[in-house]
Order: sequence, then C-alpha cells, then structure tokens
Amino acid sequence: MSRLFMFEKPLGMRDTLPELYEKKHLVRSRVAETLKLWGYQFMETPTLEYYETVGAASAIDDAQLFKLLDKEGHTLVLRPDMTSPIARVAASKLLDEDFPVRLAYSANVFRAQQREGGRPAEFEQIGVECLNEDTVSCDGEIVALLISSLKKAGLTNFQVSVGHVGFAQELFLQILGTNERATALRKFLVEKNYVGYREHVNSLQLSSIDKQRLIKLLQLRGGEEVLEGAFEIIENGKGKKAIIELEELWNVIQDYGVEEYVKFDFSIVSHMSYYSGIVFEAYAGNVGFPLGNGGRYSLIEKFGKKASATGFAIRVDMLLEALGDLSLENDTHCIFFSQERRKEAFQLGQKMHKQGKKAVLQEISGVKNLDAFTKRFAGTTFLIGGHGDE
Amino acid sequence: MNNMLTIAMPKGRIFEEAVELLRKAGYQLPPEFEDSRKLIIDVPEEGIRFILAKPMDVATYVEHGVADVGIAGKDVLLEEERDVYELLDLKISYCYLAVAGLPNTKMNEVAPRVATKYPNIAEAYFREQGEQVEIIKLNGSIELAPIIGLSDRIVDIVSTGRTLKENGLVEYKRIANVTSRLIVNPASYRLKDAMIDQLVNRLNDVLRGGIK
Repeated sequence: MSRLFMFEKPLGMRDTLPELYEKKHLVRSRVAETLKLWGYQFMETPTLEYYETVGAASAIDDAQLFKLLDKEGHTLVLRPDMTSPIARVAASKLLDEDFPVRLAYSANVFRAQQREGGRPAEFEQIGVECLNEDTVSCDGEIVALLISSLKKAGLTNFQVSVGHVGFAQELFLQILGTNERATALRKFLVEKNYVGYREHVNSLQLSSIDKQRLIKLLQLRGGEEVLEGAFEIIENGKGKKAIIELEELWNVIQDYGVEEYVKFDFSIVSHMSYYSGIVFEAYAGNVGFPLGNGGRYSLIEKFGKKASATGFAIRVDMLLEALGDLSLENDTHCIFFSQERRKEAFQLGQKMHKQGKKAVLQEISGVKNLDAFTKRFAGTTFLIGGHGDE
Repeated sequence: MNNMLTIAMPKGRIFEEAVELLRKAGYQLPPEFEDSRKLIIDVPEEGIRFILAKPMDVATYVEHGVADVGIAGKDVLLEEERDVYELLDLKISYCYLAVAGLPNTKMNEVAPRVATKYPNIAEAYFREQGEQVEIIKLNGSIELAPIIGLSDRIVDIVSTGRTLKENGLVEYKRIANVTSRLIVNPASYRLKDAMIDQLVNRLNDVLRGGIK
C-alpha cells in the first residue's frame, strides 16, 4: 500500500463542510417536518450490528458490507440500511402490543462501492417504516408521504414508479412452472437487460401465447390503463391479487390527490429479496440515479415475529443533487471589538442571540486578513477604540 | 433539457451504421452529420441532442444520466456492467468476443497470461473455466501481445477475422456474440417515457422490416 497523505480519508468517505452541511440540514429538516406531521416518530439504532443478524437480513450484497470483528470474535457490520435494524427492534420490542407503529429515521448507512471508488460509501437516508399494518391504504399512505416529502423539499419534476413483486413472480411461475426457471428469467429483469430477457423467453420451449405474455410484461408501464393489460396476461391467483392491490392503491393515491406523480411499471423487481408486495422507486429529472425507493416487506419475520410492514428511504445526497442550486441566505452578523469595548460587544451579542439573530464575536486583533474575513458576513459592527466613537 | 432527448453515440466503427439506422427510422439528421468534428450536435427539429463519445464510455454517460439514451456495443455492456436498461438489440456492427493466440500453443503453466482491452470479461471468462490467469490490460493493438511474447492468449472482438489472420493468430474459443444495443438511463426511462417509447417503436419498425 502506498503511503497515505495525512489528509486522506478511506475510499468513499466524505467530509461535509459547513456550506453543504447547511443545505443538507435544510433539506433534511423539510422532509423530517413532513414525516412528523404525518405522525411518524423518529428513532435511532446503533451504527454497528452483528453480521449474522442485521447483516444477513439486509439484502445488501455481501461484498458491499463493511465488516469488522469484536473482542469475542463476532463479525460486525456497519449498518448497510435502516430497514433491517428497525425490523430487529420491532420484532424484539416495538410490536408487543398489536397495533400499527409508525417510525421515521434519518441516519447514515454504509455500503462499500466496488466501482469508481470515489462514489459515496457512507450516505444519509431519511425514511419511514409503518409496521404491523397490511392494508393497501397504508401502502398508499407511504407513497403519498414520499411524494409529499419530496414536494416539501422543493422538488417539482419527479416521478414515482410503482410495481408489485408478486405479479412477475406469479406470472413466471404460472408459465414456467418451477421456482428455478422463474429465478433465471427474473435475473434479466433485475439486471434491466430486456434484450437478454426476450432472447431467453424465445429460447424456451413455450407456446407462442405464453411467450407473448412474458414479453408483454416489459411493456406494462404507464398510467391506470396498464392495469387492464396486466389482467390480460395473468391467470387467477396471486397474480390477480397483485393487480387488485395496485388498482386499490391507485384509488388511494387518487384520494390523496397525488396521482400526477405516479406511474405503474410491472417490470420493477427489486434486487432486495425481502420485498413481498407493492414496490416503488422515485426518480427526478436531473439525476440519473433513483432518489429513493421502498415497498412492502416481510423482513420482520427474519427476526422472529410475523408482521407485515411498508416504508421508504430517500437518499439525501441524491435529493440535494436533484434540487440543484439551493442558495442559502447568509444571515450571520459579525461584531468586531477591541479589548476596551469587549463587554459592550458581548452585551450586543447577547442581545442579538436573544432575538434569534446569528452573531459572531471577534476580537479585531485576532484577524489577519480583515477584508476577506468581513466578506463572509451579512453585516458587521465595529466596537473598537474609545467608547462612543465607531 | 426536459423536452430534449440526449443520445450518446459511439464514435468510429459503429457510428455510421447507427446514423444510417436512425435515418431509416425517419429521423432527419443533417447531411454533414458524419463529417462533423463537433462533440455535441443538436438537431432541434427532432428534439434530439447527440453527444459523440468513445464507444467504451457510452454506457458511463448513460448511467450517470447526462445522456438519456445511448448506442453501445454488447462488449461494452458486458465489460462495464453499468446500471442501465438494455432495451433493444439494434442488430448492427455484428462481431464477437473471442479468445485467440498463436496456432498450436498452450497456455504457459507457470504464468498463464491473457492480454485484453476487456479485463472484466476476460477475468470472468477464465474464472468460469476454472483457470487462474494473469490479465494484462492493453488499450489497443492487442494482437501484438502473443506475437512478441507478452501473453499466451488475447481476449478481443473479432469481426471478420482478418486482423487475426494477418498477424498469424488463430481463434481458440468464442465467448459471446456482440451487436449494438439501445441503452437507457433508468430515470430517463421513467421521466421521458413518451420520447423513449417513440424512439424504440421507430427503431423496432426498421428492425422488423430488416429481418425479412
């Protein structure tokens, strides 16, 4: 290994300097405010978890986990997501009484990046989980809350694509018969490789009707009308149940009045294996990567309790990028003082602080480049020299 | 930029075929299109901006969303594994990835070496064969490597096989067929769905017509 420079940080780790911190804080608080208004309560979990429990449950690729050992030799991970730790707490503590629990979090998660190492390996997620509630109204609430949060953050050009993991899974099983064959085809969807998907379908020993049904899946995206197309290619059973759920979801979303932001896409199958129902991804106009995602999951079962839950997570860095130029007003005042007028300066400072105004107290002799320093403030007061003359 | 579609085009070999395909699909591209040295060409009548990139970089532009759509070889997609939708096989620029080397030679037992422009593809291929080889990344003239003794084998794209022949190399194994693909950024696929669907449909019409 080459010698490190003293200022170096581990790959993918970033500093947040004051200006960016303020912007992040602003966006975070706008979203958090919305989540709180909808009655979601914030909570925290530890940064380190056991590899065998949360690490294994998280569905983040093993190679992306940061691992270390504790004194007893247990493997620990830096939490790669927040859903799994919350599922852990939920199973052991929060769901003792049998009613819905609405939780929110804003926390940094850690995922080692294999490609282009400079991509953030630690990033902030803000999100919610609604636990022990399995109605479609709740799925709708989560989608509507995601939309409401993004709007509140100041985003205008965005879209939430909604799908259902049960649909493709059931369609594949109906046509292909075995889980193994279904998984082989599903892999192409996860990789977004539609060319490979079509080639694979055409290579299978199937009737042309069945082949068309599988290929049609790729075209099922758009507004309410695609639900009808979905009905045409699925037989009764779980697949139909998935469409009925999406239909109901559409009604819920219309009742919330946010349907303009929502489109269906039946080809969304998350690589996260714990999703069990409605899933969604949020995209914004000027960012190539998804801003956030979520859906219904059965993860809590892995921690020993049967409870359905749904939630979403927004990536704060992507959201910031999508928002573009957030110009923050500089409203900090600087009071320069000389020793003989120090007390007077402190009193003025206290007065301003009491009024909720930001004021820096700076002894004038401590500043070398006064011109450059002064430019950093919205206003200045000089209390120097004898009393009275400014 | 929201009502414009940005298409990343690969410079070089694939470019002319890709332009021809787009013209067949009814896109009105200016006649001097091919000769231009510009890296960005706007065609406002069609609502399209073209960016001209190194073929190997097309998928990168599209993954990051600075291009909504791109035309990239399957070789690039296999090598780069970018998070993009691979929507259409454009059936142009046919070639294939192959393992080649000097005739009647075996891999060196002590230090088997493979030279390639595609280190990920080569590594994955030999790993699947259960062979551990040293991958040597080169940026061009790969055929040189076995001739002068840098490596035992190369992994490269072959279109007619002429380059191999002229340099006295033979093909040992085909790895994968390669054609150009239409790729799309996941966010653009959602937010510019109407424009992208239109492009896909028009290209599909040409492709179907071309298959006879």
